[in-house]
Formats: sequence, C-alpha cells, structure tokens
Amino acid sequence: MGCEVAPSSWIRTGGLRGVGESTPLAFPPTHRSVVLAVRSADPEDRARALDTLVRAYWRPVFRYLRAKWRADEARAEDLAQGFFAAALEKGWLGRFEPEKGRFRTFLLSCLDAYAANEVRAARRLKRGGGTTTVPLEVEDEDGNPRELPLADPADLEAGFQREWARSLFSLAVDALRERCRGTSKEVAFALFERYDLEGAMAPERPSYGTLAAEHAIPLTQVTNHLHWARKEFRATVLDTLREITASEAEFRAEARSLLGVEPE
Amino acid sequence: MTRGGGGTELSDSTLDHLRRVMDFPDLSGTRYELRHELDRGGMGVVYAARDRELERDVALKVLATAVADAEAAERLRREAQIIAGLEHPGIVPVHDVGALPDGRVFYAMKLVGGQRLDVFVRAGPPLAEQLRVFLRVCEPVAFAHAHGVIHRDLKPENVMVGPFGEVLVMDWGVAKRLTETKAGDERLASTPERTASAAPTSTGPVSHGTAHGTILGTPAWMAPEQARGEVDRLDARADVYALGAILYFLLTGRAPRGEDVAEAATTRVPRPLEAICAKALAADPGGRYANAAELAGDVALFLEGAAVSAFPEGPWRKALRFASRHRAPLMLVAAYIIMRVFMLLFFRV
Repeated sequence: MGCEVAPSSWIRTGGLRGVGESTPLAFPPTHRSVVLAVRSADPEDRARALDTLVRAYWRPVFRYLRAKWRADEARAEDLAQGFFAAALEKGWLGRFEPEKGRFRTFLLSCLDAYAANEVRAARRLKRGGGTTTVPLEVEDEDGNPRELPLADPADLEAGFQREWARSLFSLAVDALRERCRGTSKEVAFALFERYDLEGAMAPERPSYGTLAAEHAIPLTQVTNHLHWARKEFRATVLDTLREITASEAEFRAEARSLLGVEPE
Repeated sequence: MTRGGGGTELSDSTLDHLRRVMDFPDLSGTRYELRHELDRGGMGVVYAARDRELERDVALKVLATAVADAEAAERLRREAQIIAGLEHPGIVPVHDVGALPDGRVFYAMKLVGGQRLDVFVRAGPPLAEQLRVFLRVCEPVAFAHAHGVIHRDLKPENVMVGPFGEVLVMDWGVAKRLTETKAGDERLASTPERTASAAPTSTGPVSHGTAHGTILGTPAWMAPEQARGEVDRLDARADVYALGAILYFLLTGRAPRGEDVAEAATTRVPRPLEAICAKALAADPGGRYANAAELAGDVALFLEGAAVSAFPEGPWRKALRFASRHRAPLMLVAAYIIMRVFMLLFFRV
C-alpha cells in the first residue's frame, strides 16, 4: 500500500504552528475513528479529524523526518507542517484502506513520498538558481553541514513507534490533567504527576509515605488516588488509540504491539 | 489545525514506567491489594499482593496484557486447575482463580520465599546437600507423573529452595495431562503465549510449530523428542530428561551441551552418579528411567551408598562399595582379627 503525492507548494498556514499546542484532545462521546472521518464530505469534520491526527502524529512525524531525511530541526518542522497541510488540502489520508494494513504504515509511506518530492523540488530550485535553498543535512556546532549515517529502516520504524507512544501518552497526560483541574481529583493528578511522571526521572522515587506527608492525607488515600489516576490514564490512552485507528482489529493490534496492552 | 504531540514532555524512563503502569492489574472489586511486581514471563506477570479477607500475602499470576486473548486465558485457567489438582508440599498451592475487571484471568497462589535453584547452587553447597535438594525436586514431579501430568518445562529457574530447605517446583504453565488429546494440546500450544514471549534463547521458553507439532519448553533443558515437537511421543520420560539436565547442572554448573558429565565437571564425579545422569539424559526415551520416581530411587540409593540400577558393578567394585558402605563394622572386625593374631603370636592364647 503506497501513497503517491505530487510536489506541493510550501504551504504555510498560520493555524498550523503553535496554536493550542498543549490543548488536550476533546474526546468524542463515541469512539468514532478519525482516520475514517478524514474522508468525510463535510470540510469541518475533515479538518477536525485531521486536527486530531496531527496532534497524535506530529511529533513522531517530526522525529522521523529528522532521523530518516536528516532534516535539521527547523526544516523537519517545516516539512511536518507542510505534510499535514498538504494532506488536508489534497485529502491523501482519506485514501487509506483499513483492510490493507495499518494507518501508521500508510501514513509513513505518504510521508516518505511527500518528503522525497520536497527534496527533489528543493534540488531543482537549487540547480535553477532559485532563491530558496533547503538544507537537509544536519549542521554541526560550527554551522558546517554534517553527514549523518543512514539509519536502519527497522530502527526508523521502531523509533517512529516509540515516538508515537510518547505522543499518545503525552496527550493522555494532558487530557487527564484537564479532566482533574478544578475538581476533587486534582490531588490524584498531583500524586500521579509526582510519583509516575516526575518520579520516573528522579534518582529516587518518592515513597508513598512522603507523598502522604506532602499532601497531608492518609497513606491509604495515596494508594487510592494513584490507583484511580493510573486507571484513568490507561483508559484515556486507549480512548485516544481507538480514535486514531480505523478498525477494532487495528486498534487491538496497535494496542498490543505499541503499548503491550490488550484492551478490554 | 494544531500542531500535535501534547504539551507534556515525557522522557524515555517515564514512558517505560507508564507502559508498565498501564499493565498493572486493576484489582478493584477483588479481595486483593496489589503490592509489587515479582516476575514477568511470556505468559503472565506475577505480582505480590495482599489478600485482605484472609490477611495474608499471596502471589498473583495475571495474564500478560500483550497475550491476553481467549486461548491464553484458557491456558492460564488450565494451569491453575492442574496445579490445584496436584496437592503436594513441593507444588505451590493455588488459592483462587478469577478474572480482573479488565477481563484478564488471574490465579492466586502461596507467596513463596527463598531462592531459585540456580542461585542456591552458586553458594556451593556440598554435593550431598545438592543431591538431597534434587530428590525433593523429583518428589513433586513423581507425584505429578503418578497423577498423569507432565511438567514439560523443568529447569533450575523453575525450582525454588526455601529458607528451611523446602523445595517447590514452579511454573506449570506448559504442563500437560497425559490423557489430553493432541489436538487440544496443540490448540493451546499455538496460542500467542509463547510466541509472544522473548525471542527463543537458550534459556527462555519457546513455542513454535514444526512438522509434527508445537514445541513448548526451554531448549537447553528439553528432551530431544520435545525439541523436535513430537507432541504424541511426550510422556514422563521427557521430564526425566529435564531432571537429568538439572542433575547435570548440579554436577557441572551448566546445562547439558553434548558433553559427558566427566568432561564437563571441574571436580571428580562418582561414576554411579555419572551413570545415573547419563541414563536420565539418554537421547532415546526408551533408554531413560520410566519416570521421576525411578530416577529419584537411583539417586537415593547412591546417597545411601547402595548399588544403582544405572551402573552395573563388577565383583571388585561391589567389594569396594561394600567396604566403603560398611566401613565401621569392617574396621571393628579387622581390629578384632589383628588383636587375635597379636595375642596368638605373643601370648599363645
């Protein structure tokens, strides 16, 4: 399954960059697949679906462009934005056929085709004396172009999966934070953040006793709050995953391979 | 359209931790309270938990989320049933079996302390002590054989030695009732349980299809017929081979790799013991002990200094063993004879 794309103009839309970067996903009441919704006849529906996909895939796409296409940070960002803008404009993602494979694989093939076209276009401009040049090499500390070794395709795929997981988890954390804000569950999120998010990076994870003392609550409440937050976090990740996969089978397969989770 | 990825930056370590957290069993609505993870295998994850009703610590084996489907669930239930049917001090008792709110099957069992056999032998206990532990490994396996069950994944990592010398044979996840049909066994064996586990290694359990059947177990400790996937041929002698491999490990410090015990051992191994090991490890099942009880019987005879079935003795060796076994009375007799000779020579008595 592949995706043929024509070289697109370098689309820059103000709405692409920096808007609502930390806004959590608003989950629809039902688990309607946004992968299928990108085919919708309604342009608003289509844009909303693509918006959700961008939130989930922007970071993996960006990192993939950096690793495979050896784009520097600014160039990778431009390419990622250009890709999603072109996908919206030309309706590429609507061509995905769920029965032929995973959406993630399809998206990567579209991205490769798009990046290849952009590289060719950039080279043509360079040869023709155009005013725009697009560096795809990484620059070293002195600003000199530096060749990077070609990455192994399996590593690229694994890297993309890992970034995707990171993106999903990050969105779920944001969504959970929003859900808890201003409610009685704020303390549950604070404990989750302290123990499971910050604690994983700290040299020593705080003990439940320390957390209980910090929040002036009994130890049992720390356990209960953490249990609730983890359960909600898990449900949120799976909700997001269900939303950005095209079928129940794909959802289950992705949940297993990417997160190691068999969803209920 | 917005740029994605969420606002929260998660490090690799946080990502890994969250993945683990997502896998934690949801014990709400059960009598158990989760403590911490103990061990993780291809099929399930074992957690330490607290049974609130009986106020005791237990171990919970929960189906790993990555393999949790109907067939894997059936396999775990079956494992619990097999263990529950084998009430023996050397087999961890199962207390309860059930399903978590997320649908994953689990069973609760006694929380076992102590250390694995491979860790236990690192301290270098005397051979006699190691052999006594080996006999206690054979006992529950012999009990299972007597009840028509074979373990199929015996190895030092699946044996726990408790602080008071108690020995428990663990992980009956690929055990088989000998009355079960091949079809049923293969259906269960072909579940993602083992294929989803780590890539086959010399120590990790594997499952993969062959021309004859499905391989279940751990290659380094597996009988040849088991390694060939000859499901129909497997019987108690497959476990005898694995027990022989454990004995080989106790004598040499490593799993069998085609060398004789004498070649692999760094210290001298008594020849009867060498013969017992060789018989248990015979490539042809017909050349092995019929079951774990027979093997244990020979090892027990060796410990007592008696003749073992695996090592036919000539008259000279029989005499030596007799002398060695009855050293004290023979010395008394010898002393008496010397004294009589002395008295005869000097006192003419």
